[in-house]
Amino acid sequence: MFGSYLPILVHFVVVVVVAGAIMGLSAWVGVKRPSREKLSPYECGITPVGDARGRFSISFYLVGMLFILFDVEIAFLFPWAVVYRSLGWFGFIEMFLYIVILLAGYLYIWKKGALDWTR
Amino acid sequence: MATGSNMPLLLLAILAKVGVVLLVLLTTIAYAVWLERKVVARIQSRWGPYLVGPHGLLQPVADALKIFFKEDIVPTEVDRVVYCLAPFLAFSLALLSISVIPFGESVTIGGATIHFQITDLNVGLLFVFAVTSLGVYGVALAGWSSNSKYSLLGGLRSSAQMISYELSLGLGVVGVVMLAGSLSLREIVEHQSGLWNVFVQPVGFLIYFTAAVAETNRVPFDLPEGESELVGGFHTEYSSFKFAMFFMAEYANIVTVSCLATLLFFGGWLGPVFGPPLLRALLPVFWFCLKVFCFLFLYIWIRGTLPRFRYDQLMAFGWKFLLPLGLLNVLVTSLVLAWRST
Repeated sequence: MFGSYLPILVHFVVVVVVAGAIMGLSAWVGVKRPSREKLSPYECGITPVGDARGRFSISFYLVGMLFILFDVEIAFLFPWAVVYRSLGWFGFIEMFLYIVILLAGYLYIWKKGALDWTR
Repeated sequence: MATGSNMPLLLLAILAKVGVVLLVLLTTIAYAVWLERKVVARIQSRWGPYLVGPHGLLQPVADALKIFFKEDIVPTEVDRVVYCLAPFLAFSLALLSISVIPFGESVTIGGATIHFQITDLNVGLLFVFAVTSLGVYGVALAGWSSNSKYSLLGGLRSSAQMISYELSLGLGVVGVVMLAGSLSLREIVEHQSGLWNVFVQPVGFLIYFTAAVAETNRVPFDLPEGESELVGGFHTEYSSFKFAMFFMAEYANIVTVSCLATLLFFGGWLGPVFGPPLLRALLPVFWFCLKVFCFLFLYIWIRGTLPRFRYDQLMAFGWKFLLPLGLLNVLVTSLVLAWRST
């Protein structure tokens, strides 16, 4: 059963080694002539003002939250889709109700303006 | 599976397979970049790279060598650990998802069966989605750790866009899963032996492909790297090979997404098979590669043709159009399937 996961583990180890090796080697071989200006954050040639990790738009949080809700819903759809053919009308009605409830929530967030980026 | 004495042999076989697949993938990535530069150049009436090797064919090698020996600048105020982890994550995750992609039919030569696939998971599709969606960490961490305003904004935009379109990406393929009744990529392809899914699920395909283009941050959804406003987006502060790793990750994702589109909607390796046994064994792989190549070309063609979206348009398109369309597609597909089964 878990035998089919062994190649993935091997693949993962190989990928990690390859990625680490080329990243480390490249950082090691490259010339190093640092200067204060070179090491400052890029800001189109102007001296950077303040720290970059400041406040940003709340909309990004909102998108994150909505994503989790809907992604869980889609994750629920997959097992249902796999066995759908053996469920017949029962499966259809079950999922229809599920999607309708979800759509109600979707229409609510749309109406509330959560999907409008410029507000 | 195997136990005891033949375990080392098994591991060796797996290693060889992984090595070959990775080598092919990395070469594909390198030459996808070359192809892109060449095709976009011709679309814009230029020549593109032509100095290094015939038709500039050695350009990827030259680029890789150059970028490898460049100075690796780590700006002073970055979060060093996270800053180094981000390209590493993006790159290794992008290369990992190829492991469940079947490249062709299994062939039996002299009693030994060869599977053109590293491993056939029964939840292959789910695995690809899981791994590719982890890729957003690379982008978000890179944007945050760089301590540059451009990087932060680019990273935020990028991750918001990627998670938004991931919903549609998932919804687009639910119809295919319903038809095949399986999450194994091999079984999904075998189910299409009569008719390719693209003819049964055209809406699903359009949703999937649009979301896939957005998911890989490509034109017309390449706002995270909108040069005119964000310099380079989340990888503004990266240099040397760390920068290249983000690029290779992007192209690896494009290859994976094209492979998936081929497998889910265009019948994978299915195609006319004829001739002597050897040709018979290799033709499916050839069909698969041809289809994937067409998708790569389409990607480049889109890049050479379409202008960029505005960010609010992009989010509205994903949330207000693709998502409800995807739900509708699932409902209609399930209705038709239930109707047919009775």
